[in-house]
Amino acid sequence: MSATAMTGQAGATAQPDAAGRTARWRAPWRNPWRRPWLLEGFTWLYLIWSLVPIAIAVLFSFNNGKSQATWQGFSLRWYFTDPVNSVLHSNVLQDAVLQTLRLSVYTTLIAVPLGVAFALGINRWRGVTSSSFNLVMIFSFVIPELIFGVSMFFVFTVLFSFVHLGTLAQTLALVSWNVSWPAIIVQARLVTIGRQYEEAAADLGATQWQTIRRVLLPLLTPAIFASAVLVFSTVVDDFVIVDLLYSNASNTPMSVYIYSQQHGGNGGPALNALGTIMLLMSFVIAILGYIGYRFMTRGERGDAKEALATIAGADYG
Amino acid sequence: MSIAPPQSPPPPTQPTAPGRPGRPGRSRPGRGTQQSRGFWIALAAPGILWLLLLFIVPFYAVLAIAMGQLNRLTEAPIAQYNPLHWSSSNVINVWRDLFGATAFAAPIAVRTLAYVVVASLLCLVLGYPAAYFVARFAGRRKALFLVLLIAPFWISYMMRMLAWIDLLQTDGYVNKTLSFLGLTSSSSPIDWLGGKPGTVVLGLVYGYIPYLILVLYAGLDRIDPSLIEAGRDLGLGRIRTFVRVTLPLSRQPILTGMLITVLPMLGDYFTNQLLSGAPNTSMIGNLIEGQLGTPGLQGQGAVLSLFLLLILVIPMIYYVIATNRSSREAS
Repeated sequence: MSATAMTGQAGATAQPDAAGRTARWRAPWRNPWRRPWLLEGFTWLYLIWSLVPIAIAVLFSFNNGKSQATWQGFSLRWYFTDPVNSVLHSNVLQDAVLQTLRLSVYTTLIAVPLGVAFALGINRWRGVTSSSFNLVMIFSFVIPELIFGVSMFFVFTVLFSFVHLGTLAQTLALVSWNVSWPAIIVQARLVTIGRQYEEAAADLGATQWQTIRRVLLPLLTPAIFASAVLVFSTVVDDFVIVDLLYSNASNTPMSVYIYSQQHGGNGGPALNALGTIMLLMSFVIAILGYIGYRFMTRGERGDAKEALATIAGADYG
Repeated sequence: MSIAPPQSPPPPTQPTAPGRPGRPGRSRPGRGTQQSRGFWIALAAPGILWLLLLFIVPFYAVLAIAMGQLNRLTEAPIAQYNPLHWSSSNVINVWRDLFGATAFAAPIAVRTLAYVVVASLLCLVLGYPAAYFVARFAGRRKALFLVLLIAPFWISYMMRMLAWIDLLQTDGYVNKTLSFLGLTSSSSPIDWLGGKPGTVVLGLVYGYIPYLILVLYAGLDRIDPSLIEAGRDLGLGRIRTFVRVTLPLSRQPILTGMLITVLPMLGDYFTNQLLSGAPNTSMIGNLIEGQLGTPGLQGQGAVLSLFLLLILVIPMIYYVIATNRSSREAS
């Protein structure tokens, strides 16, 4: 369709409709305000392509057989009932679930306070040192994970070799990798808050510590919360860093286990079950995060869509 | 490096500083800026120390290993922290692999580039219309569309790869559908997972498109609809409005979105391992990861990852500047 055909109302002619009224008829493709059916159809196709394969993968975690491709009936054997190979009974699978949880909790507990304090300090202490470290922080946000992972691998095998590969190395690396979430989100929020609340508190005689605790932290709570949700879910999903830094089966998280088994030709519905558990973990975090964020920002400007986008970190890429 | 003492740099918030009128809170007597500066520095110090020890120092360690030598007995890399004693043997080896007469790494680098370019363009072609529709036209169903659009973002990468592994097996649903439609015979199914570049590109697109869509959506959603309506009111058609108004306004989200997919794709070593596993689809990431696990080649792995970093530093700087600018505009 040519662009010029749509510009004017050249195709509009007057025709009486059934009721005898004179309606201006125009070819549907010439109506500039028509619904974009083509675009909507494409979007639906895209959504089907992006979601149906995952739904099928979830379905196969309930397969009553060893195949990941042929449906052999419904069962819960890969979750509970199989006495050896189910997630409930296999030590290796259980370890993988626990390791993922452990890393997520440790990393969130360290990275969030670290990043929030960094954001507060950097935002108010303006100087060459602070702005250069702020730049380093943003760099840590965009650097490809493999390059970062390689540096972590070498630092823990050659320089700080007293930190052995394993949970400690994984946690330290994940904190470095994720501390930029709270640092960047809280800084953005500080900019929108402005300084007037702090100045009011200072005028009323509050010390700096009191100002932070009574004024800034309550105002920052939604941002801190959103960043905690993002850190947690990023760690659940993380693969490269934990893959380069694991040392044995006891510190192999779910993502690495799925990868190594599937790649090693030992695929099976148990892996789909693990993947489904990962998916559930992320969804629970996302839903709790969304509800929590909405609760904390009640009475503020902004709606459900903004909250959704924020919880997914959309504003920061 | 030590934290600067609070007294040394001139305090930027002098009460008498010109151009800062009307801020009485700052000039209160007894609440010295020096003291407050120290407080903020103390607050930022743990994060700075962490970045120093676990982000900057590690990169120096990689450099030291890249420029170091090999322990011939144990084949372990020896880090050389003193630049005066740096050796170029690792760099020369990598250079030979990449550009020498028997350069085995050159085809891998070219293939990586080809996969990444094709996959990221496909991401854009598929992702832009969807993000555009949801941002502009979804109307009252916007929240629903948005949930569906960003759901994959919350689904683990490994699970998303498993999904295609399941579908693309020789007895999987893709082959079943094809033979049902009579396009292939069921006796000779297509081995999708046996080293097909197309499968790897599909995996890359499927794996990284959620990140692109999220950035695109956020950017397109910020475009003021009145600008688009103005274009239409002034007589532009749908397509011309899009080309003249919407597209220029979405340049920034497109560029940052492409970066957010291209940067991790270049370091990807797991997608092709899962969806092909054959050496004819290996990428630069596989090379680095393989060298990391091979005694004697770790130094070369360090060089290669620094090479990659060197190439990517320019787009990374661009990204940092772009996000800085947009966050300043937002404030």
